[in-house]
Amino acid sequence: MNQITTDLLATTPDAAGRFGDYGGRYVSETLIAALDELDSLYNRLSQDPDFQREFDEDLAHYVGRPSPLYEARRWSEKLGGARIFFKREDLNHTGAHKVNNTVGQALLAKHMGKQRIIAETGAGQHGVASATIAARLGMECHVFMGEEDVYRQSLNVYRMKLLGAEVVPVTSGTRTLKDAMNEAMRDWVTNVDDTFYIIGTVAGPAPYPRLVRDFQSVIGREARAQSLAMTGKLPDALVACVGGGSNAIGLFYPFLSDEGVAMYGVEAGGDGLATGRHAAPLSAGTPGVLHGNKTYLMQDDDGQILHTHSVSAGLDYPGVGPEHAWLKDMGRVEYVAADDQETLAAFHEVTRTEGIMPALETAHALAYTARLAPTMGRDQIIVVNLSGRGDKDINTVARLDGIEL
Amino acid sequence: MTDTTGRIARRFAELAAAGRRAVIPYLVAGDPLRDISVPLMHRLVQAGADIIELGVPFSDPMAEGPTIQRGHERALDKGVRLRDALAMVAEFRRTDTDTPVLLMGYANPVVGMGFSRFADQASEAGLDALLTVDMPPEEVEALNAELKRVGMDNIFLVAPTTPPERVEKITEVATGFVYYVSLKGVTGAGHLDVDSVTEHVALIRRYTQLPVAVGFGIKDAESAARVAQAADGVVVGSALVQLMADRAAAGDEEQAILDAAAELLKDIRRGVDGVSAAADGDRAGTA
Repeated sequence: MNQITTDLLATTPDAAGRFGDYGGRYVSETLIAALDELDSLYNRLSQDPDFQREFDEDLAHYVGRPSPLYEARRWSEKLGGARIFFKREDLNHTGAHKVNNTVGQALLAKHMGKQRIIAETGAGQHGVASATIAARLGMECHVFMGEEDVYRQSLNVYRMKLLGAEVVPVTSGTRTLKDAMNEAMRDWVTNVDDTFYIIGTVAGPAPYPRLVRDFQSVIGREARAQSLAMTGKLPDALVACVGGGSNAIGLFYPFLSDEGVAMYGVEAGGDGLATGRHAAPLSAGTPGVLHGNKTYLMQDDDGQILHTHSVSAGLDYPGVGPEHAWLKDMGRVEYVAADDQETLAAFHEVTRTEGIMPALETAHALAYTARLAPTMGRDQIIVVNLSGRGDKDINTVARLDGIEL
Repeated sequence: MTDTTGRIARRFAELAAAGRRAVIPYLVAGDPLRDISVPLMHRLVQAGADIIELGVPFSDPMAEGPTIQRGHERALDKGVRLRDALAMVAEFRRTDTDTPVLLMGYANPVVGMGFSRFADQASEAGLDALLTVDMPPEEVEALNAELKRVGMDNIFLVAPTTPPERVEKITEVATGFVYYVSLKGVTGAGHLDVDSVTEHVALIRRYTQLPVAVGFGIKDAESAARVAQAADGVVVGSALVQLMADRAAAGDEEQAILDAAAELLKDIRRGVDGVSAAADGDRAGTA
């Protein structure tokens, strides 16, 4: 494993937005000026104490931070190994970690004087968070969502509409998250003068991976302080699910230079990695270029992007944030996969044992935790990012369990 | 290995000498029929095309409007990939050694093939230039080195949003010609503003001697004629892709689709040549 020093962190990404060989700005020329504008604005505001205060106040009073660190005693006991703690991002306003980032980006939009917000969404959590913040700031909001996901996540679609957003079903390609992102890019290229694109994860062209990471890092900063206060030490392991990877980077980032903290990013194993029907580019993909950045992708030998499969719409994406690609190659984070079956089992287990119903995305992290905890000692600590709540997934779970609601 | 060096420069020089503008049709490789592209390229040349722009099908064509997106999807369904597009270029070259061919596509298939392998195979096929929509100058160093090695041009986009200092940076790495994107939007959009095009082409000319071609939003002889007043070439894509898709969907055979495509191209040619004649004192050649 290569050590990630604080010096290395300070210079990653570099000025071109590269994390090692990954990241960058692979976009059409029309968007470069807008990205330059965003980059220089963010460079200024991220150093501005007033902006930081504004952001912190929104996190405290609108999102409801800090989110608790909760010890899952019964589940830890059942698994018979490490003590497991949940970082309760499910308790945030709108029910997931996504809102940390939309609050931050909406502030940037406000500073740029842009009145029109666009966003892509898979499970609908980022769409709901974007629609929420747009409602609060009185901005126009359009959310692009694959037609397949509109069907899978009908509850969130209705929530977005209630919040005043327009949900645009995307019928091109595979009709899932990647196609929603294509369509959002197309809208942005057309309306670049008055529109702010709130990207929901740590992917996309620079500076998005960096600024989304910065906004989400509040998760890890809190978890670090809470762990020290509650247990007197840093966690031995961190676990988070990885689709684009924003909740994972948010938890991991403030711990990257702590050598003793192991980290596991859990990708969507779908029907199992061997079947090819999954959404696990870090576990089973190769580097390439998509959606503005170089990263690991699920692609065929001809560089065409493959269809992905996951029980959770939010992880059903063929790429991943470039910082994760870099952390994989550096050996700092271990990327693993949990399949649909063990994910569903973990969903039920944690719901019954702790009275906490996790999102199906989050349940991937829990599934891996169920494998990891028994291999560790009772004096050791795992922090899992409980990135979102599962209400939105009830229809899916019922269908998979063969129950008609 | 076929010598491809300078075919584009040569073509623009010939056109300039004749006081004409380039007509550049865009087609998606393998669309609307798997085997139509090579006969189509020849037919378009007969109908007055000066340069052929061949689109490489990609699963996520982010800069394309719905018309060309569907073209990409149809071609992918027929199994057409980057290597097939290169094979089409090679086949075209067997009987046409003069007309420049430009490959237009997205970064990932080229990244997947490897820059060095791509340069070798494309050069072997007789390709003249590459345009990767999502590889701006900042990301292009390694690719450009390989293209330069085999004497292949790299075509860059300039957009309505590109500030002057960036135009300078782009023209420093560009070869062949500069491709001006006529509007903020995707291919085939409907809000062409000719005054703005004229202004931006003039801006580009302040920084480079390279010819400037204009694309996105040019649909017919009339819009082509208006754009040709400012530019050295016009690109016609969505209109052609749509016309052929409609014919194929209506059950037309290859020959009828080729005829329809040739008619559209001739019409554009007349529009552009009318401008050339008016602007350059009636020195225009025949279409």
